[in-house]
Amino acid sequence: MSTLPRSSLRGVGARLGAHAVLTGVDLDVAPGEIVGLLGRNGAGKSTLLRIACGLLAPEAGTVQIDGQPVSGLDRRQRARAVALVPQETHFPFPFSVAEVVLMGRTPHLGWLGFESRRDLAAAQSAMEQLGIEDLAARSVLSLSGGERQLAVVARALAQGPRLLLLDEPTAFLDLRHRLQVLGRVRELAAAGASALVVSHDLAVAARSCDRLALLADGRILAAGPPAQVLTPALLREAFGIEADVLATRDGYPVVVPRALA
Amino acid sequence: MRPLRPLRLLAVLGALAVLLLAAIVAGLVVGPSDVTPSDALAALRDPTASGPAADIVRRIRLPRVAAAALVGACLSLAGVCFQALLRNPLADPFVLGISGGAALAGVAVLSLGAGWGLGAGAVPVAAFAGALGATALLFGVAGWRGRLSATTLLLTGVVFNAFASAAIVFLASIGGMTEGTSIFLWLIGTLSAARGELLAALAGVLVAGLACALPLARALDLLALGEETAEQLGVAVERAKRSLLLATALVVGGAVSVSGLIGFVGLIVPHALRLLFGPDHRLLVPASVLGGAAFLVACDTAARVLLPGRELPVGAITALVGGPLFLVLLRRQGRRGGLP
Repeated sequence: MSTLPRSSLRGVGARLGAHAVLTGVDLDVAPGEIVGLLGRNGAGKSTLLRIACGLLAPEAGTVQIDGQPVSGLDRRQRARAVALVPQETHFPFPFSVAEVVLMGRTPHLGWLGFESRRDLAAAQSAMEQLGIEDLAARSVLSLSGGERQLAVVARALAQGPRLLLLDEPTAFLDLRHRLQVLGRVRELAAAGASALVVSHDLAVAARSCDRLALLADGRILAAGPPAQVLTPALLREAFGIEADVLATRDGYPVVVPRALA
Repeated sequence: MRPLRPLRLLAVLGALAVLLLAAIVAGLVVGPSDVTPSDALAALRDPTASGPAADIVRRIRLPRVAAAALVGACLSLAGVCFQALLRNPLADPFVLGISGGAALAGVAVLSLGAGWGLGAGAVPVAAFAGALGATALLFGVAGWRGRLSATTLLLTGVVFNAFASAAIVFLASIGGMTEGTSIFLWLIGTLSAARGELLAALAGVLVAGLACALPLARALDLLALGEETAEQLGVAVERAKRSLLLATALVVGGAVSVSGLIGFVGLIVPHALRLLFGPDHRLLVPASVLGGAAFLVACDTAARVLLPGRELPVGAITALVGGPLFLVLLRRQGRRGGLP
């Protein structure tokens, strides 16, 4: 296996109008690694994900996937390498869950545009991995917000990416489904894929990520193992809160917010 | 699972083609004077056949049925594309004011064109330019990115349609077009004045629109879920949008210059087909073309025979069907919280 990082951001800057969203961001995600991206609302997390997958060109710096500049990949190559799960998807038409998941196969389709047996199998397996195969024929409009989000995650899995970018994938999910999604991401990582996960759920992030990166005011404030990043001092600086950091019986940090700093 | 297989696609399109054929036969046979199906067939098969039945079929009914089929196909194709692009099933070239823009430009050339040295031949070109201008206006108001909310969509369309209608009447008055004939035909939409020489051009426009939209059918599925989703799944979003908007302006401009403002075809037909066959655009786009053609041929036939001895404008029929359907869709969208 190559020693190149799966995703590599160097000196990345971005701005929205006159406002600098990201400044000098360096972040690597190794093959098989899950990195959690934490920070306040508006800290630049979603912008960072969009830059990492090439949806947004950075103002400054370089973005690579497996050592190749992301801007040099053609669209299909890029779509097979990276999948993004956005915070929320609005569905104007009653697509079935299976149809939504099959859309993840778009970058794999032949020139006639019909799904092959392999595409159908990939979609079926993605739905089974998230336990939504029984919903396959249901319209997404008839589902709960959480079920809908699972369908979108399944679409990203069906895409078969080497790098999975998840923007608060568990925000609408109950506890069981949170563990299910992150457990599935862990299995993918064990098979060599990488993931960058934005989350506001610090407990789940601490348990399921190999490393955490704390984003504040468009800069990486700290990056490292969860126990090194989730400290009262760093949390005060990043979130503006006073918090107690406890530990679970098996040693994972748990953040309990106490007051505004 | 309901994956799209080539066989299913062919079966659905085949069924719709049969439906279209049936509508065409009915359109040729039904009317104030009796023509039997065998008369009609004979007239079509032998261009030298003479007699009143052959004349009626070849000179009157065939061009009219062809115009209805082409206009219906064009409007329905534009509707299905707009609905995916604007991510809203209420979008329709008429509701959005795109048809209004085309009609306004067409009437402008008809009433003032002589002064600028433009003949009636410039009308379709002007209608295309008008449709393009209305599209630009719509996206200027709505913002190029992001979903068009039902509110913005309705307001922009209603206001622009009111403006276009007023401007059409104004232009027609100063241009000396006679009340009750030309203006009325443009505003209400009819196929009774369809000019045969435009039909070949309209067929070409439809083929061009299809050639643009069909390869982008999968992209329309993804665009319906948002531009970011489409982009990250490999769609060249800006290029796809540009060519789709150009294609829709082309087919709307073509349809309006043949028939005036026929509303709601692009709303009714894709909606019904989506209910029947699902929202997959690889099926929905070609199905809408066939379905739109069959629908408007049937509506026009009804317009000719509903009132004995008199003819209704086909635009009145489609509006009578489409208006209530639009309200039902709007209400459903409001209930789902889709109406901000």
